[in-house]
Amino acid sequence: MQQDWDIPPPPDQRVADPATFKGIVVQGVSKSFGPKKVLDACDLLIHKGETIVIIGRSGEGKSVLLKHIVRLLEPDAGHIWVEGAEVGSLEHEPLMELRKKFGFLFQGAALFDSMTIGKNIGLALEEHTDWPAAKVRERVCECLKQVGLEGAEGKLPSELSGGMKKRAGLARAIVMEPQYIMYDEPTTGLDPITSDAINDLIIQLQSELGVTSIVVTHDMPSAFKIGDRMAMLSRGRIVFTGTVDEVRTTSHPMVRQFIEGRSQGPLGAF
Amino acid sequence: MTAILAGIGRGVIDGLSGSGRGLLLLRSIVLQTPHAWRMRREILEQMQVVVIGSMPMVIVTSIFVGAVTAVQAVYQMQAYVPMKFLGTVISKSVFIELGPVLMALVVGSRLCANYAAELGTMKVTEQLDAMAIMAIDPDRYLAMPRFWAAVLMIPVVTIFCDAIAILGGYVASVATLDVSSGVFIEGLQMFYKHSDLLGGLVKSFFFGGIIAMSGIYYGFNTKGGAEGVGRSTMTAVVGSCLSILVADYLLAIVLFQIIFEKT
Repeated sequence: MQQDWDIPPPPDQRVADPATFKGIVVQGVSKSFGPKKVLDACDLLIHKGETIVIIGRSGEGKSVLLKHIVRLLEPDAGHIWVEGAEVGSLEHEPLMELRKKFGFLFQGAALFDSMTIGKNIGLALEEHTDWPAAKVRERVCECLKQVGLEGAEGKLPSELSGGMKKRAGLARAIVMEPQYIMYDEPTTGLDPITSDAINDLIIQLQSELGVTSIVVTHDMPSAFKIGDRMAMLSRGRIVFTGTVDEVRTTSHPMVRQFIEGRSQGPLGAF
Repeated sequence: MTAILAGIGRGVIDGLSGSGRGLLLLRSIVLQTPHAWRMRREILEQMQVVVIGSMPMVIVTSIFVGAVTAVQAVYQMQAYVPMKFLGTVISKSVFIELGPVLMALVVGSRLCANYAAELGTMKVTEQLDAMAIMAIDPDRYLAMPRFWAAVLMIPVVTIFCDAIAILGGYVASVATLDVSSGVFIEGLQMFYKHSDLLGGLVKSFFFGGIIAMSGIYYGFNTKGGAEGVGRSTMTAVVGSCLSILVADYLLAIVLFQIIFEKT
């Protein structure tokens, strides 16, 4: 039976002058893959220094949105600004400089499987700094220590478990001391204890490095634990934004259905 | 009818846009070439993949190419042409055509499949995205070393092939076809021209480029999971083999004008 839901209008996520906004502005971004429209005039503001968690059902375009921010994907329409720079209009070199400000933890870690963990982590340093090998090695060890993987630099990714790969991916994401870290499903596929360890690691990195974190997940315990603010993506748009407490108490039917994990509701079951 | 026309139109558009993307990739690789010294370790690693990894295949293929050429030449020549020309026939066939083309098809298929599968797997497991987000251009770090390794080393492999095939032809001729060693070597030297060898190497230089571009292009444009990697590997190898045969014809026309005719 079709039911009418009282869905509030989407939050206003626009700023008058995106070029002066300290953070990330996503404005009117649309993206289709073939006939499937994944993002549909999506707006989002990400403030500098916050940890924003983007929640939503699988296949709603959360990862696609992340990839647009660093121009791994180009939008069909709309614009994205990072610290005032319109990402779509950047030439090759400025884009590379922008990307150096980002660390990205991929869902499957995306470690280079032909390289050792040490090489995976140190590669960006070898490419972008003139540090001697000993200093690179020292920094690699430091990052591995931060994620609890001391001594793993000589191992290949195939020798690590799923949780260790994620932690190695995290070490790679922070090695250049980025200003922004993007986490794509950081706890998916991990056991609850490892998931919690990863959450603690994200919080620890946030407090130690003071970075802006953008986390994509549908793991609600993780989202509540690490987030300052949450945004819900549904049908290609941000339908709700609010602090963690606001998410807990909101009556927004989509958010309620999602956080309570019900099959009945405006999001549907399939 | 409309559906057929639409299909043809779509195929033409896909083909043209694919060619355009391929040319843009080639341009990007060439523009990255000034970084070659910085990337020398990666280039040397890829050169090893081309030469050392292919050697068993090169040796076996070349021996039998030379031997089969000898057997067939003897069969065709026996009533009409003196056997002193056997070495000439084998060397010319191997230097101008068989060495470069067979190496491009045999070693090239192996290499092309290697590139497409490796880069395709990196694409579908987001390793290429990871590299891009680290501000490392995959065209420079992955494509450029592979391209130059293939372009520079396929001719080297062809030189090995030429030498081993001549040896194979010699052994087959002397051991099984009743041709004396002296007669074979006399024929080998009789009409030898450096231009034959050079022409074949020029061809293999271009074939190396075709092999590398096909493997890299289809690898970088892989979509889907394991099935996508398999599909792009197969397409890369088929595309490379067909392109080599077409290019062989076009290069033959040009090279006969420029190199072979003038010497």
